[in-house]
Amino acid sequence: MNKDMKILVVDDFSTMRRIIKNLLRDLGFTNTSDADDGQTALPMLKGGSYDFLVTDWNMPGMTGIELLKAVRADPEMASMPVLMVTAEQKKEQIIEAAQAGVNGYIVKPFTAITLKEKIDKIFERIDNAK
Amino acid sequence: MTEKSEINEEALGLAKKYVGFLEAGDAEQADNALAELTDIRESQLFNELGHLTRDFHETLNSFGSDDRFNTLANDDIPDARERLNYVITKTSEAAHKTLSAVEDALPMCESLEDKFAKLNVEWSKFLSKEMKPQEFRALSLEIKDFFETSGADVTVVRNDLTDILMAQDFQDITGQIITRVITLVTEVETSLVELVKIGSKLGLNSGVPDNKDSKDKAEDPAALAGPQVPGMESESVVASQDDVDDLLSSLGF
Repeated sequence: MNKDMKILVVDDFSTMRRIIKNLLRDLGFTNTSDADDGQTALPMLKGGSYDFLVTDWNMPGMTGIELLKAVRADPEMASMPVLMVTAEQKKEQIIEAAQAGVNGYIVKPFTAITLKEKIDKIFERIDNAK
Repeated sequence: MTEKSEINEEALGLAKKYVGFLEAGDAEQADNALAELTDIRESQLFNELGHLTRDFHETLNSFGSDDRFNTLANDDIPDARERLNYVITKTSEAAHKTLSAVEDALPMCESLEDKFAKLNVEWSKFLSKEMKPQEFRALSLEIKDFFETSGADVTVVRNDLTDILMAQDFQDITGQIITRVITLVTEVETSLVELVKIGSKLGLNSGVPDNKDSKDKAEDPAALAGPQVPGMESESVVASQDDVDDLLSSLGF
């Protein structure tokens, strides 16, 4: 896993963005940016050559699931790994995210260990598929 | 015989008369019979309207004389909204204060960790007598530098920890505010139940919520469920990250 990979963190709460960015930095990922909803994130992602997207679900403007679908629909970004970190824990929502092509799903509140495990798993699977 | 069937009997009689006059071609008499018939209907209507008006009047009076309703709608609820907004502000401030302190302290801890590790290696080298005098002179300078800078770093970390400690004072204030808002919500609930009772007495509604609408709302996919509150979990919701992982692996993840 490349520790210099470019990561975008999307959450409407600035505290959550700071927490996730700090946890990522603690895991060795320092090349991070953030956005407060899908509408802000999408133009950043397009042509921003990001390697990994971490997004919340429930956000004003454009939600995380809409962002995920937009990413998957764009040939340039379709293969970008996406981790969803959200307070939405309805089974049908988790299934919806899976069907939309999410690579990992973390429910809030979460721990640093969970975040590490899911990121490791996502990139392990990608490396194995190569 | 009840009042109602008496009226019906009377109306029936008049109606028969009316038909009779019409058949006989007596337009004047027919008009009179029709007017009498209409009078009965109108007086019935006026009676009912009178009852309804009195009930309304009494209800409105009971609300008007109850200042509590006015205060609730005009003062308490807007006030509660302000207070809850203040809770959001306070909790957000506390979270940012804490995060800033952590972001300030973490690099200090990391640099302390690095310095410790480095000095430990060199000190072991010295203890096992593998160190040249020249290296030792460099080490002693490093140790001196470590003492000087690390003392200041630890003071910064200590101040950051105090900041984190102080940032927790939001809990006291927000706790008190939320308790007050809960009291208000309880009072509004009681008042609403009263209102529904009066409404159903007047026949304004059945007092039963429109199930179809509330069901539709619950199933609206755009209305997200949001965070789960302990003790209020539903069947359709996963309880933990493990459940999420199980669900996803059952889907082939």
